[in-house]
Amino acid sequence: MTVDTPGAAAAASPATHAHDNYLTAGRGLLSWLFTLDHKRIGVMYLVGILSSFFLGGVFALLVRTELLTPGPTIMTADTYNKMFTLHGAVMIFLFIIPGIPATLGNFVLPLMLGAKDVALPRLNLASFWLWMIGAVVAVASIIMGAVDTGWTFYTPYSTTTGTAVISMTLGAFILGFSSIFTGLNFIVTVHKLRPEGMTWFKMPLFVWGIYSTAIIQVLATPVLGITLLLLIAERTLGVGIFDPALGGDPVLYQHFFWFYSHPAVYIMILPAMAIMSELMSVFSHKHIFGYRFIAWSSIAIAVLSFLVWGHHMFTSGQSGLANMVFSALTFSVAIPSAVKVFNWLATMYKGSISLDTPMLYALSFLFLFSIGGLTGLFLGALATDIHLHDTYFVVAHFHYVMFGGTVIAFLGGLHYWWPKLFGRMYSERWGRIGALLIFVGFNVTFFTQFVMGSHGMPRRYYNYLEQFKPYHQASTYGSYLLSLGFVVVAGYLLHSLFRGEKAPNNPWGGATLEWETSSPPPSSNFAHEMLAGDPYDIESLRFDPETRGYVRKDPGSVLLTRVGA
Amino acid sequence: MSEHTDNGVHVSSVRLLLVVWVALIIGTYLTVTATYFDLGSLNIWIGLAIATAKAVLVALYYMHLRWDRPFNGFIFLTAFLFLGIFVGIALMDTAQYQDTLIPGFATAVGSAASDG
Amino acid sequence: MTSHSESHHDPHLAHHFESPAQQYQSARLGMWVFLVTEILFFGGLFCAYAVYRANHPEIFIFGHHFLDKGLGAFNTVVLICSSLTIAWAVRAAQLKQIRILKLMISLTLVCAFTFLGVKYVEYSHKWHAGLLWARSYAPQVDHGDGDHGATPESVQMAAPAGGESAAGATAAPAQPAPATAATPDHSNIAPAATGPAGLAVEAAGGGDEVVAEPKNAQTFFSIYFLMTGLHGIHVLGGIGAMFWLLFCARRGDFDTGHFTKVDMVALYWHLVDLIWIYLFLLLYLIH
Repeated sequence: MTVDTPGAAAAASPATHAHDNYLTAGRGLLSWLFTLDHKRIGVMYLVGILSSFFLGGVFALLVRTELLTPGPTIMTADTYNKMFTLHGAVMIFLFIIPGIPATLGNFVLPLMLGAKDVALPRLNLASFWLWMIGAVVAVASIIMGAVDTGWTFYTPYSTTTGTAVISMTLGAFILGFSSIFTGLNFIVTVHKLRPEGMTWFKMPLFVWGIYSTAIIQVLATPVLGITLLLLIAERTLGVGIFDPALGGDPVLYQHFFWFYSHPAVYIMILPAMAIMSELMSVFSHKHIFGYRFIAWSSIAIAVLSFLVWGHHMFTSGQSGLANMVFSALTFSVAIPSAVKVFNWLATMYKGSISLDTPMLYALSFLFLFSIGGLTGLFLGALATDIHLHDTYFVVAHFHYVMFGGTVIAFLGGLHYWWPKLFGRMYSERWGRIGALLIFVGFNVTFFTQFVMGSHGMPRRYYNYLEQFKPYHQASTYGSYLLSLGFVVVAGYLLHSLFRGEKAPNNPWGGATLEWETSSPPPSSNFAHEMLAGDPYDIESLRFDPETRGYVRKDPGSVLLTRVGA
Repeated sequence: MSEHTDNGVHVSSVRLLLVVWVALIIGTYLTVTATYFDLGSLNIWIGLAIATAKAVLVALYYMHLRWDRPFNGFIFLTAFLFLGIFVGIALMDTAQYQDTLIPGFATAVGSAASDG
Repeated sequence: MTSHSESHHDPHLAHHFESPAQQYQSARLGMWVFLVTEILFFGGLFCAYAVYRANHPEIFIFGHHFLDKGLGAFNTVVLICSSLTIAWAVRAAQLKQIRILKLMISLTLVCAFTFLGVKYVEYSHKWHAGLLWARSYAPQVDHGDGDHGATPESVQMAAPAGGESAAGATAAPAQPAPATAATPDHSNIAPAATGPAGLAVEAAGGGDEVVAEPKNAQTFFSIYFLMTGLHGIHVLGGIGAMFWLLFCARRGDFDTGHFTKVDMVALYWHLVDLIWIYLFLLLYLIH
């Protein structure tokens, strides 16, 4: 049986490909809503998640605009409480938790394994429907009066406030199950659908990252589920588990809540790190450095993330003993993250670096995530956290890791896999402009918040002392610049869908399996048998000026095995 | 003797199912009678031990872990490990801060906890 | 175009699997991962139980007398029988014994409904006795109006046998303790309103020949209803799944020996049984 080379496939006329991919197979809304194709599900998630990011961003801009002046600027204090709550709840539950796994994970992971789909396609569709239903319930909650408790729903305020807590927590509960099912699916897929010859340590690191994320999703999210259920029971029935007026314990609520919500932040960052491993290698045109270290560090982060939740509770009334234990354990979780950062840097060393847009985002990630991670140490240290807790220092820290980390890596991954998803190249020039605007806007917005916070500006405050006004104003103008960056990115990406240059199979020179198939792929993922080898054997590829993509230098190499079809 | 399906999956014999059932019933009887003897704080642990023995029987034989991939049993145990971490630390912390609670102090109550 | 492998004519084999064994193993792993999530889900309630029992054992010692051990044990036996029958159903499906399969699923359903029936009896006793979760906790007075506080006339524990009559629980929940001569000066803190006085338990001044209803006794019943209620919801889910299996059996889905669905439902059902084994022990059998 002959093996088609990717080069030959790419040289086929664009016309035949246009009719032979997952986007065009089957028309009409129902063919999408009832699809079992992981690629279509990934794209639908992408639309939903980017819309949620936009909604959460609108709330953010409202918050920042209000903070231009102390006291009332554009809204009342009660409305302000709702705005920051909704910003947090929408961004966390609708955008960032599903985020990378549901979109890029769903699309790319089966391709990287040479598989035709995830292990449980109907469960995948169920995940997506649950996401949609949860989103509808959350939006309904917003319309019904919204919530003003902060996204953390601390008792006893959340059990006594008159706002729409029940519907919002119900929405989050449903979204939690969407997340659980996605994680479950990926665990089974990675265990059972790897091709012959692809042992665990021959998988791409992106898969390791998504797998580690899935472990957390499966173990932690159910505890959020029971917590929200108890909160709903507290409000409707008055069960008195968390409400002190009925004999309950509000600090216990925080234990319940953070047992999920701390691992949740690693659900947010692990997939971003997973993307980073791919980008670092491909755009340095060099084999990843320290593959096993990076792989194991993903698992280590997943496990250690369950041991540190109390560092959110240092000032809550948690006992001194617990405070000390959690502070000490928190330092441990920094180690595997550092391992990754150093391995990425070592990957770049003596590489041939291309500063394409995905790489610009990857480099931004290194810088921003390092700042975010290091400032986490200030917060993990008990003595300093007593002063920094609930100040803008915390806000800046988590925005550096969640936004400067996850969102930046998400953008990098989106730009990296965009040609594969949609078969189009975007404008590289505009890509760079967008990345620059976002980088500058982000730092202006959030670096000022570190300074403010260390000077004592509390978070979630509507009113503030005059001395903080310059910081708030700088931060707000930064957020406008940041938004402009996103408008630019949205603009050229949408434009590329209609006018972008047709993409070759492998525009960047990646050695993982998704680059072996056409851009975009056919419904069955691989029209021909593919060649699989070391996923970071970047140097086995060469640029082919005819197709403007990369091809294998030696398709007959013994290092390659056949998979797929 | 053990039967297998066409695909080689183990089939439990009726005898096995019934033996396990009898063991579970006996275990239940033991658990209940144990409560009539006052052994102080040992009572709960004896009860938990019997309950866990029953759980192991159900898991190994009824849920087929005995003949299944070991990984499935491994993840089942892992769940209890993480649950143990959660419960253990919550117990430690709540026990430690009981002394700091102020007696008789509570927010104004009444069924005034708001609705909705 | 794509060259399909010729051997894949098995209608039960999904296109993305290479073999029935891979498909079956994937289903099993998937179900076990789901059971892991259920353990963590219920685990939250077990955590609440553990925390309250460790720090306030008196409310459990008081409250459990209102649970009927006999009914609880009966329900335990019922669920154990249902585990037997559903495990037998899996065997029947594996051996293509469709009549036995349908019989076993039906017997499991009978057990499940019996379980729920008993729970209904228990719940309605408590409802009539006012022994409900915190906000609705309003125990019925048996004789006259009970005194508050530390008199012997106050709440007695129900007689050990057949405690469903909820004898002698006082009407009023425990009084808040006045700020006594304890060290911190709370003179500028308004005394607690009538009702359960938060978490801290004052050293009781009353006589101890009769155990008074402890403060926050209602929390026991909250935990009881939450744990058994969530469990009951899962029993209902299992009942739904079993009806679905009967429907599939009638449709002939299991005629060829493809038993995965039965296996999956059985795994779920066994976990429901396992959880009850612990609930029975922890709620009913407190010494």
